[in-house]
Amino acid sequence: MIRLSHVSRDFPRRGRALDDVTFSVEKGEFVFLTGHSGSGKSTTLRMLHMADRPTEGEVRVAGFSSKLTSDREIWKLRRRVGFVFQDFRLLPGRTARENVAFALEVTGTPRREIGPRTSRLLSQVGLSARTGALVEELSGGEQQRVSVARALANEPLVLLADEPTGNLDERSARGILELFRDLNASGMAVLMATHDLDLVRSISDVRTLELSGGRLVFDSGA
Amino acid sequence: MHAIREAIAGFRRAPLLTALSATMVGLALFVVGLFGVATYNLHEALSRIEDRVEVVAYVRDNALDEELRILEEDVMAMPEVVGVRYVSKDQALEAARRDLPEFEDLFAGLDTNPLPASMEVELASGARTPDVVARVAERMTLHPAVEDVRYGQEWVDRLFLLQNIGGIATLILGSAFAVVAALIIGTAIRIALFARREEIQVMRLVGATNGFIRRPFLLEGAITGALGGTLAAAATWGAWWGVSNAVFPLSWIPWSWVLAGIGAGAAFGLLASAVSIRRHLQEI
Ligand SMILES: Nc1ncnc2c1ncn2[C@@H]1O[C@H](COP(=O)(O)OP(=O)(O)OP(=O)(O)O)[C@@H](O)[C@H]1O
Ligand SMILES: [Mg+2]
Repeated sequence: MIRLSHVSRDFPRRGRALDDVTFSVEKGEFVFLTGHSGSGKSTTLRMLHMADRPTEGEVRVAGFSSKLTSDREIWKLRRRVGFVFQDFRLLPGRTARENVAFALEVTGTPRREIGPRTSRLLSQVGLSARTGALVEELSGGEQQRVSVARALANEPLVLLADEPTGNLDERSARGILELFRDLNASGMAVLMATHDLDLVRSISDVRTLELSGGRLVFDSGA
Repeated sequence: MHAIREAIAGFRRAPLLTALSATMVGLALFVVGLFGVATYNLHEALSRIEDRVEVVAYVRDNALDEELRILEEDVMAMPEVVGVRYVSKDQALEAARRDLPEFEDLFAGLDTNPLPASMEVELASGARTPDVVARVAERMTLHPAVEDVRYGQEWVDRLFLLQNIGGIATLILGSAFAVVAALIIGTAIRIALFARREEIQVMRLVGATNGFIRRPFLLEGAITGALGGTLAAAATWGAWWGVSNAVFPLSWIPWSWVLAGIGAGAAFGLLASAVSIRRHLQEI
């Protein structure tokens, strides 16, 4: 499903941000990616939906190789991989419903399917009651749920989340994590970067990877 | 559908810039349009003149019948030539008396006929170009029987020269406006791209194709260009109407030319926006 083989990433002035990282995530797995600020979590996740590419090594995601996939083909990968950010990245001035429907519209979903599918996605993330609210009117936790619903729009095989609970209070954070667990239970792989160790420790049966200075220093499942 | 909606939204966002872009495209095509009207009318005039373009070879008084026969055969053998008419000295004088009655006294006082006999060559209607005329004339000059050849060369040449000068002026002015138009369309598209930055980022994130992301902006460029083309057509028509009514009558260009002009505007707008998108989309 996801495989990094000896992946390194050098940035012009910064130097090596990822250093010979190798790991894989199987179908249906739930994995935490932890590490201090600057350890390379975001850089790793960016590789996984090819917003960035390795300087050395190879990344394979859902059958797409970082060495073979051209920029023109990235959209195919993006439809297999859902992505959630710390800051939600929702379109302001639009409702929860419009934000989710947008993802369906721009990926060519037939018009008459968009309505029902949007409703289904919003109820899947527990937001059926607030679909008509503008995103500005929603709480952080609710906004993150909208962004998860959007990430699920194309029925991805894997959900990547970069500090999805970073902007949320503990209660909302826990809610989002529960949502991820539910999605994982229904078969979706989840890779979640976080430095909230309390959150990580609150769950015992989840594999944890730790990055430090761009190197993979711990893998509980290896 | 999405692309059309978004392109219209783009115009609403920057109506002034759209108007400016369309105006510049319009100016560029207006120059071309004026040239088109001029060329079209010149061609009409030329083809009218061309009907009368013939090559006349004046024959030496002492030319032998045999030489004249060879000349006639040789000229007739050229594929562009459809007929040759021999005008004798007497016929020439008679024609002069008829055409120029005011010189009757002069003609009457003549002891000898000063007018030369001539060979009038009629060219095929498609062959009355400066090239062909000059070639036929040159060939005839080589014959010993021929004294001199005339073919209204000067002003056929002059008309073609005029057309060439017009063409060059159009090219220079038109390209200057076109460059400015391309720059403004590029800027408009760039502004539109940045105004929709967040949406574009989300589109990429969820897997919209590059084509889908570009389409509204391409359409915006094409519509702006077509708008400019329409503007140019209207301005050209206005200029034509003014000249036709106030100065001298001119023919209006065929409507297929007008359509081609609007199409060219659209293609130009499409191209200008494509270039701008290529340059700026990756910055987003
Ligand atoms: N585009 C870039 N250019 C230069 N350096 C970069 C770039 N992106 C990331 N880095 C550097 O790479 C290192 C790893 O960054 P990354 O964002 O992956 O860390 P992180 O683990 O996500 O940190 P945080 O927990 O603060 O989000 C950092 O030192 C960062 O400065
Ligand atoms: Mg990060």
